[in-house]
Amino acid sequence: MSLHEFFAMGGYAFYVWTSYGLCFVVLLANILLPVIRRKQFLRQLAHKQKRQNS
Amino acid sequence: MKFIPDPVGRFFHRMASPPHFYALTEKLMPWLSAVFLLLLAGGLYGGLYLAPPDYQQGDSYRIIYIHVPSAWMSLFIYIVMAMAGAIGLIWRIKLAEIVAISSASVGAGFTFIALVTGSLWGKPMWGTWWVWDARLTSELILLFLYLGVIGLYNAIDDKRTASKAVAILALVGVVNISIIHYSVEWWNTLHQGPTVTKMDKPSIHVSMLVPLLTMAAAFKFYYLIAMLQRARLELLQRERTAAWVKKLVAEQQS
Repeated sequence: MSLHEFFAMGGYAFYVWTSYGLCFVVLLANILLPVIRRKQFLRQLAHKQKRQNS
Repeated sequence: MKFIPDPVGRFFHRMASPPHFYALTEKLMPWLSAVFLLLLAGGLYGGLYLAPPDYQQGDSYRIIYIHVPSAWMSLFIYIVMAMAGAIGLIWRIKLAEIVAISSASVGAGFTFIALVTGSLWGKPMWGTWWVWDARLTSELILLFLYLGVIGLYNAIDDKRTASKAVAILALVGVVNISIIHYSVEWWNTLHQGPTVTKMDKPSIHVSMLVPLLTMAAAFKFYYLIAMLQRARLELLQRERTAAWVKKLVAEQQS
């Protein structure tokens, strides 16, 4: 099977790759968003703590 | 207070302690991620490359490797969420409340994926993006239940009260889970019947079944990772004034 054939998915490339792409985006977002927000929150807390200490 | 054997009681007591949970999940994360990525790589290789095309549906059926595991996860996570909600409701365990609400966004994600990939599979095979049949409609209601849980939780400021409300909503919604599961048997639907969970003999070839089950296992690990990441955020926000959080922040600064 050539690479071209693989990506063509027997003519169903649009349906198959859109499905996989969308799945990838949703799954990645559900991990990255909480991690980013937690880091932001920790930075906020650190700022607050610094202000209180000075 | 000696009903529960000591080591078991101690384990649950420690697990339910926020600082211990926060530290433990951080240590677990690389291992969970490694197992998830291995299973994912294996499942994708088996499903997209090794498995032969379907004799009727050609290559379009390969959507099955994300569609079916996502649909399974949408039901599985809902049950975990309702059970964690019930535990939080009865025993007032904070971590159970957090697991319940942290499951909601992951479950909503999987439900959304199941619906959209189903639509993308339905178009070439059924000739339509959507039909209002029992399976599809009940899965859409599941998405609304998840979104309802998230919305309700965000609408109530006091998070302990919010968790109670959310648990009750989640428990009521459990009815919908059995409707989704049996919808293809109770009603005459366009959606096909079960192929894998038929106990006698699954009507799917082993070269397709193995990657499907591998993807299902990968998604289970993904759920653990995503839910725990959300739980860590939720825990910090709720415990912002606790001594262990202040200590954590001070340690990070130095």
